[in-house]
Amino acid sequence: MNVNQHTPMASPYGQPQPGYGQPGYAPLDGGYPAPYAPYNGPASAYQPGAPQQGYSPFTSFPSKAVAANPVSDLSSPLDLGPARGPPASGAPPVSAPQPYNQYSQSQGDMQNGPPLMTQAPPRPAVSQPYNHGAVNLPGPQPSFPQHYGPPPSMQQVTNQMTGMQIASGPPTPAGPGYAPPHSSQPPVSNAYSAAPPPSYTHAPPPVSSAPTQPPPPSGPAPSQQYYGGPPPPSQQQFNSSLPPTSQQQFTSPAPPPSSQQSFPPTSYSGPVPPPSQAPAPQVSQPQQPFPPTQPPFSSAPPPVSQPAFVSGPPPPAQGSFPPRAPPPSSQPGSFPPPGPPPTSLPSGQYTGPMPPQQQPPPTQPSPYHSGPPPPGSQMPPTSMAQSNHLPPGPQGPPGPPGPLQQHPPQPGMPGGFPPQQNGAFGQVRGPQPGYAGPYPGQPNYGAPAPAPAPAPPAQKRLDPDAIPSPIQVIEDDKAKSTEPFTTGVRGQAPPLVTTNFQVKDQGNASPRFVRCTAYNMPCTADMAKQSQVPLAAVIKPLATLPQDESPPYLVDHGEGGPIRCNRCKAYMCPYMQFIEGGRRFQCGFCSCVTEVPPHYFQHLDHTGKRVDCYDRPELSLGSYEFLATVDYCKNNKLPQPPAFIFLIDVSYNAVKSGMVNIVCQELKTLLDYLPRENPEMDSMVRVGFVTYNKVLHFYNVKASLAQPQMLVVSDVSDMFVPLLDGFLVNVNESRLVIESLLDQIPEMFADTRETETVFGPVIQAGLEALKAADCAGKLFVFHTSLPIAEAPGKLKNREDKKLIGTDKEKSLFQPQVGFYNTLAKECVAQGCCVDLFLFPNQYVDVATLGVVPVSTGGSVYKYTYFQAQTDKERFLNDLRRDVQKLVGFDAVMRVRTSTGIRATDFFGSFFMSNTTDVELAGLDCDKAITVEFKHDDKLSEETGALMQCAVLYTSCSGQRRLRVHNMAVNCCSQLADLYRNCETDTIINFFSKYAFRGILSNPTKAVRDTLVNQCAQILACYRKNCASPSSAGQLILPECMKLLPVYLNCVLKSDVLLPGADVSLDDRAYLRQLISCMDVAESHVFFYPRLLPLTKLESGSLPVAVRDSEERLSKGGVYILETGLHLFLWVGASVQQELLLNIFGTPSFSQIDPNMTSLPVLDNPFSERLREIIDSFRAQRSRYMKLMVVKQEDRTELIFRHFLVEDKSASGGASYVDFLCHMHKEIRQLLS
Amino acid sequence: MATFPEYIAQNEERDGVRFSWNVWPSSRLEATRMVVPVAALFTPLKERPDLPPIQYEPVLCSRATCRAVLNPLCQVDYRAKLWACNFCYQRNQFPPSYAGISEVNQPAELLPQFSTIEYVVQRGPQMPLVFLYVVDTCMEDEDLQALKESLQMSLSLLPPTALVGLITFGRMVQVHELGCEGISKSYVFRGTKDLNAKQLQEMLGLTKPAASQGRGPQTAQQPLSNRFLQPVQKIDMNLTDLLGELQRDPWPVTQGKRPLRSLGVAMSIAVGLLECTFPNTGARIMTFIGGPATQGPGMVVGDELKTPIRSWHDLEKDNAKFMKKATKHYESLANRASTNGHIIDIYACALDQTGLLEMKCCANYTGGYMVMADSFNTSLFKQTFQRVFTKDVQGSFKMAFAATLEVKTSREIKVSGAIGPCVSLSAKGPCVSENEIGTGGTCQWKICGLDPSTTLALYFEVVNQHNAPIPQGGRGAIQFVTQYQHSSGQRRIRVSTTARNWADAQTQIQSIAASFDQEAAAILMARLAVYRAETEEGPDVLRWLDRQLIRLFMFHLRRSPFLQVFNNSPDESSYYRHQFNRQDLTQALIMIQPVLYAYSFNGPPEPVLLDSSSILPDRILLMDTFFQILIYHGETVAQWRKAGYQEMAEYENFRHLLQAPVDDAQELLHTRFPMPRYIDTEHGGSQARFLLSKVNPSQTHNNMYAWGQESGAPILTDDVSLQVFMDHLKKLAVSSAA
Repeated sequence: MNVNQHTPMASPYGQPQPGYGQPGYAPLDGGYPAPYAPYNGPASAYQPGAPQQGYSPFTSFPSKAVAANPVSDLSSPLDLGPARGPPASGAPPVSAPQPYNQYSQSQGDMQNGPPLMTQAPPRPAVSQPYNHGAVNLPGPQPSFPQHYGPPPSMQQVTNQMTGMQIASGPPTPAGPGYAPPHSSQPPVSNAYSAAPPPSYTHAPPPVSSAPTQPPPPSGPAPSQQYYGGPPPPSQQQFNSSLPPTSQQQFTSPAPPPSSQQSFPPTSYSGPVPPPSQAPAPQVSQPQQPFPPTQPPFSSAPPPVSQPAFVSGPPPPAQGSFPPRAPPPSSQPGSFPPPGPPPTSLPSGQYTGPMPPQQQPPPTQPSPYHSGPPPPGSQMPPTSMAQSNHLPPGPQGPPGPPGPLQQHPPQPGMPGGFPPQQNGAFGQVRGPQPGYAGPYPGQPNYGAPAPAPAPAPPAQKRLDPDAIPSPIQVIEDDKAKSTEPFTTGVRGQAPPLVTTNFQVKDQGNASPRFVRCTAYNMPCTADMAKQSQVPLAAVIKPLATLPQDESPPYLVDHGEGGPIRCNRCKAYMCPYMQFIEGGRRFQCGFCSCVTEVPPHYFQHLDHTGKRVDCYDRPELSLGSYEFLATVDYCKNNKLPQPPAFIFLIDVSYNAVKSGMVNIVCQELKTLLDYLPRENPEMDSMVRVGFVTYNKVLHFYNVKASLAQPQMLVVSDVSDMFVPLLDGFLVNVNESRLVIESLLDQIPEMFADTRETETVFGPVIQAGLEALKAADCAGKLFVFHTSLPIAEAPGKLKNREDKKLIGTDKEKSLFQPQVGFYNTLAKECVAQGCCVDLFLFPNQYVDVATLGVVPVSTGGSVYKYTYFQAQTDKERFLNDLRRDVQKLVGFDAVMRVRTSTGIRATDFFGSFFMSNTTDVELAGLDCDKAITVEFKHDDKLSEETGALMQCAVLYTSCSGQRRLRVHNMAVNCCSQLADLYRNCETDTIINFFSKYAFRGILSNPTKAVRDTLVNQCAQILACYRKNCASPSSAGQLILPECMKLLPVYLNCVLKSDVLLPGADVSLDDRAYLRQLISCMDVAESHVFFYPRLLPLTKLESGSLPVAVRDSEERLSKGGVYILETGLHLFLWVGASVQQELLLNIFGTPSFSQIDPNMTSLPVLDNPFSERLREIIDSFRAQRSRYMKLMVVKQEDRTELIFRHFLVEDKSASGGASYVDFLCHMHKEIRQLLS
Repeated sequence: MATFPEYIAQNEERDGVRFSWNVWPSSRLEATRMVVPVAALFTPLKERPDLPPIQYEPVLCSRATCRAVLNPLCQVDYRAKLWACNFCYQRNQFPPSYAGISEVNQPAELLPQFSTIEYVVQRGPQMPLVFLYVVDTCMEDEDLQALKESLQMSLSLLPPTALVGLITFGRMVQVHELGCEGISKSYVFRGTKDLNAKQLQEMLGLTKPAASQGRGPQTAQQPLSNRFLQPVQKIDMNLTDLLGELQRDPWPVTQGKRPLRSLGVAMSIAVGLLECTFPNTGARIMTFIGGPATQGPGMVVGDELKTPIRSWHDLEKDNAKFMKKATKHYESLANRASTNGHIIDIYACALDQTGLLEMKCCANYTGGYMVMADSFNTSLFKQTFQRVFTKDVQGSFKMAFAATLEVKTSREIKVSGAIGPCVSLSAKGPCVSENEIGTGGTCQWKICGLDPSTTLALYFEVVNQHNAPIPQGGRGAIQFVTQYQHSSGQRRIRVSTTARNWADAQTQIQSIAASFDQEAAAILMARLAVYRAETEEGPDVLRWLDRQLIRLFMFHLRRSPFLQVFNNSPDESSYYRHQFNRQDLTQALIMIQPVLYAYSFNGPPEPVLLDSSSILPDRILLMDTFFQILIYHGETVAQWRKAGYQEMAEYENFRHLLQAPVDDAQELLHTRFPMPRYIDTEHGGSQARFLLSKVNPSQTHNNMYAWGQESGAPILTDDVSLQVFMDHLKKLAVSSAA
């Protein structure tokens, strides 16, 4: 959590930092206890800190504003985890702050945690911390810093999920406090579980009551959250349940006022009493359950000392909490009122979702300890702990204050927004990019039970702002990458995919072509195994380069073909070492020495380099192309220019939906844009046309004909091509005939009643046509329905929702007949690439239909419920792009590596007939192939690891070429080095592809578990080997993997791995196939969508994105969200009229047409810029994104919410915070 | 009574029947001793312009096993309104419509001059004629162009209501949809895969018209056309364009290969298409082929040019690997087509063989035409094809469809079988002999295609026992009932009833001998021989023939291409035999013993002996072999002609002399179907071989000096001359008699 905080931290810390950093560090270890105590004091004092809140906003902002902070952040991240943190004592100051933030939170949490546990002390601390954060910071912070000092580093990396820890491991540490709670709670939990269901129903009431009862509800809520916290639902449940059980409990707990009081004092006592109480009570309530625990805590006071905190994983939680706490406090006042209303609404809304959650809760109990559910459970504890800690955190580290402040601000905001609380949070955050988050986050958790929950959950939960923020990381990277990236330095990780940067090829392939998971590979297999970091490269061989980068040079080595190593056949590249005066060269891959052919000979200069080194791309660049000779061609014959064949479904559905008409109309113009290498020349690509339903219609469009001729092949059981001459034609020569044909096709089938279609024979037809013409090519198949007509490849409807979640689920992703696999093989052999455009109205079995496209390097496009009016634009843009894009045919890709590693596994759209050659019937500029490497020997640090990816293909003009990409990475013998040079986005790309392939053969749940385990192992390995020693309760993440949990969670929550009830099997299969060939940039935005606030638009730059959480959305704002496949424009319910006028040209929210797919063209700068942005988004993606306008609280918002990936998903996916807690628990288990 | 020749001529003129014996031996024993069986050449549609069709239906004998038609030979009791069947002696009531019958008011069928009479069946729908063109596109552009023109021309000859369809084939088979606007559509089938009717029906999306036979006429007309078979009047232009756009098969043919020609599948699809849409309706599948089938079912040769098409030599050695399979394929097609009453015509125009041997049954079983020519771009094909659509005086095509011929006999005689373009309908009955000759075991045959010259040979067996004498004055009667679809679409029934006297061979051998019809007997025996030649091993047939016959023309028969396969390809043999088996007696005689006329300044044209001695330098010879019309200029005449005397006014007589045979030849050419090959040659010309191969080699290089040089031309052959043949026969006859 802290990790994320960097950003937030930074800002908060920024201020505190000065003092903090160093002081913090020094004292850190020892200091804690002491600081703490003081803190508590101050904290409590601060609590009133309401001002803080007010302040906090400021601080937060300022903090952000502070350049130093970010820098520090950056540095810290670079420094890597805690380990570094510490080492960089000097740095610490800087880093420290960040760490601090985290720490502060974490520690704070820790501390708080303990305090909380301890009851009064912690709390106070908590409350104080915040206040401190804002006000006291200086004072307390120092002390904190000390404590944090060590932690700081930790913080950065580690997020201490106190709560988490507590929950899981905590049993013992937190245990006292929390464990008990749990234990004590058990009843509670039971109650909860029981309650849950009722809770919802109840929930509303409580909510309503909430306002009036702010305290109580909050009280219960908190408790709930705490407990339920993990299971937000439970919380809600609590609320609801509260009335009955929980209340009692609560009440009882509450009564224990003593305990509460003790607590309250900390956090809310101040604010709480009346309003603040809510928070306090919450806290306390948790405590109540905890009470017992608290006692321990109290005893724990020692825990107060960070040690305690350490156990304090809670502390981190606290950290988060504190912030929340403050808000709560602030909220109390403001919240109550707002809370309730919003709450009620939310509750109402949530109730819906809740129920499901409730159910989970029951299970949760068990899960608690073990499973994911535990996260929930844990979470609460965490949050609790956090809350506790937080205070300290805040107090201690300025960072905390930062967060705190931020929170406070939020609180403040909330105050301002009071009503919004729920939404408000979001909005608040909106304003405060990073910060608002915390609340929202909590709300999310609590979301279910917004009203009551908000405050309490907030307190107990991790502060979403405190956990690593993707946005921050992305922004930091952007800020850092101002210089062109040069590829000459081995092992240097490139900027993130989200960053715009220029590449200068200096001997390694551009990251646009190749991205690695690790730029510093472990030297030995053992290390690799220990770290579990996947070693993989995502290769996009034909990637399109920006205008300002030159495409790979074409090298012609003459008749002899490219110069290659004699043994391993690697192509000439910068890694070849010329020896013996240039007469021979030694292969960098296999070390074999090969004679230099006479025509290639060149003298060496004094450094041993050939003097023509810089004249030859293959000696100086990472990427280039060779002209292949006839030896590289099929049948030793130079290839023919490729052909495009359009196969159009003309069954009833296809005609009715307008698809046929649209395709035919479009093709008339599109055919002028067939791919060509020289824009001056006509395309060499020939075209052919087929329509089909139950039978196939071929068209003779020979130029000499006055009218096209239709040739019907109804013998689909044994497909053949009825004609040769006149089927594949040059567009220019046959233009009139083709146009006549395209005009007539829609007419001819306008009255068709044929509903059955075939599919296998369609591809066979295209394949046979290419065979007959003896060329490679691409089939564009426009298809609508499940092919049930009697023919090879006939399918039956096998969609069975009952199988989902069972062991048989995997069979649904496998093709239902083997026919298409065989067909795909034949297609690949011929170089026949298949692109499939689907227009289904019902199940079409994408898993089976997609086999051929996927195996041939083609693409599948799916337009479910296609309607000409609304989907035309999207389809046409996809089609245009698909037809025009650069594509190579009949390709074979081979990845060679230096001795020591080997490419062992490949993911993507292709076919492999052996273990080394990736065969692609077609390879376009959007297709990426992920290659996994495994050690088969040791690598040396000196030479590093080399890889060379060679792709032999036929260009669109029929030229046979070899494209070569070289990549060298470092090797390391220290794990820390490995963790320092990883790229999380690429790792996620690999993981997702790995997992999505895994579901073909394993139950989905097993796949998910595997992912979580591997991730936990990666992080645990880091924690164990690279991070400086610290409390087991701390979650320490490597700097460059700090987003791993959040991204991984997104993968786990994706429709493929965790389908919602409304996600069809086809959608899942579609996504599965789609992602399998995505590059890193696409997979990144797919899993973590880009969400931009549109309140202010400046030309030239995009607004800073906000995190994908509902809390970040302001009711008064408009946001745009982009996933690479979808594009949403979310409009808040209380959006300003001016915005509406600017965007939609209407002053009223209600007049916005939710069905519009494009924005009206309005003559104002805002509208222009917005449309410009949308256009630029679309231009960036390989698929056109249809714009969907989502009005807040509209039905369609459900769809939109699905992409708020940091939130809990309707299908049961954990929220980011929950997942992080869970991950922490897993890590702890691994470590213990 | 007139002489027998007159009697025979009169009978032939009236009934289209010629018997080998016109007085029949009265017992089985005697009949078998006669060597030549009682048999008849029957021409069912013998042109009878004088015969008005009767607009009512025939009256049938009520006995279920008889069903003979009321005829002039029946005894009629005008008072009781009864008639006695002259075959089964059943007494039948006249139907009510005959109430007014009396001696003076007889219906036509009772008048002796109407022993052959034609009824028009009023029931049932009027079916349109169906013409389905099956066109090979694997041919030279010139040929294809000529063919396209011929086809386009033929459209104008069809009645406007006739349905036409078009199937083209090369490597693939295309069934063209007709009458579509804009884009022309065709259904394409791979040429290597046979399809049964059901598959085809599904693939073409055809729905079977329910109007097979018994449906009312009202529903018939509309559903009768479908996308592939449409009335000429509707798609005339469309089809003309379509034919105009026909391209050579576009699939590349590499050096040393034959084009892939999917003839077998194309015919199968044609048969299937009609089977699905117009079963039991007259239809013509007209197949135009430019070469042998080279792939798929029915292929007769592979596509490697280095492998020649099978020869008789290969067949004898059992070295034709595709032959049996292909034959089987075409046989099954022929059977399917004939079952449904559809005709398959084959127009094969190629220099090399095209597989007629394998396909012959298609034409033979269905009564289709088989035409063999060198190219579609010859007048031989063009005019022959045009002549298919010849019309009679009433403006109807001289063709009939989907006919069945039923033979009814009196008790003493039974029918053994038929030889001709027919298939058995396997109708057992009391008049079916157990002894089969030709296509036997039935009294009904299906003849899908008939024209006025189509002639069947029917063989009978006298079954009367020797000890059961026939009552004095008793006559054996035979009734031929031919039901057919007239080209106007009407169903008609033609009934010919004929009777011959019985005679006791022991007492009246003279009269029997006198009644012998030498020509008819010759043809009947020749048909039998050819039939055997087709079904049995060659040499055996010759031997059988030698044992059976002692007649002059048999010398020629032995040398004819019908029995001799030497120097003929299997296709040619098949072609000749096909023609021989369906042509009428006169034509058949010409085929066996060509006619030779001599033109000279010495007198009017005269027939001369078909002998090498007839070939003189100052003569012009006109030979008609049925398949060829040859004009041969003697050596001197040829020189004169070369010198151009005919151009000179003073030698006008020479010009006339040259012109006379040409005019005569033209006359023959115009009437004959298929059109003969017209050859104009001279002494020493290469084409003179046609003449030299036919004449009796009375002078050969072996004996020319013995005969002196004053006349004739020597023939370079080792064949024995008629003289030698006769000597040998005489010797044999004497020795056997002894």
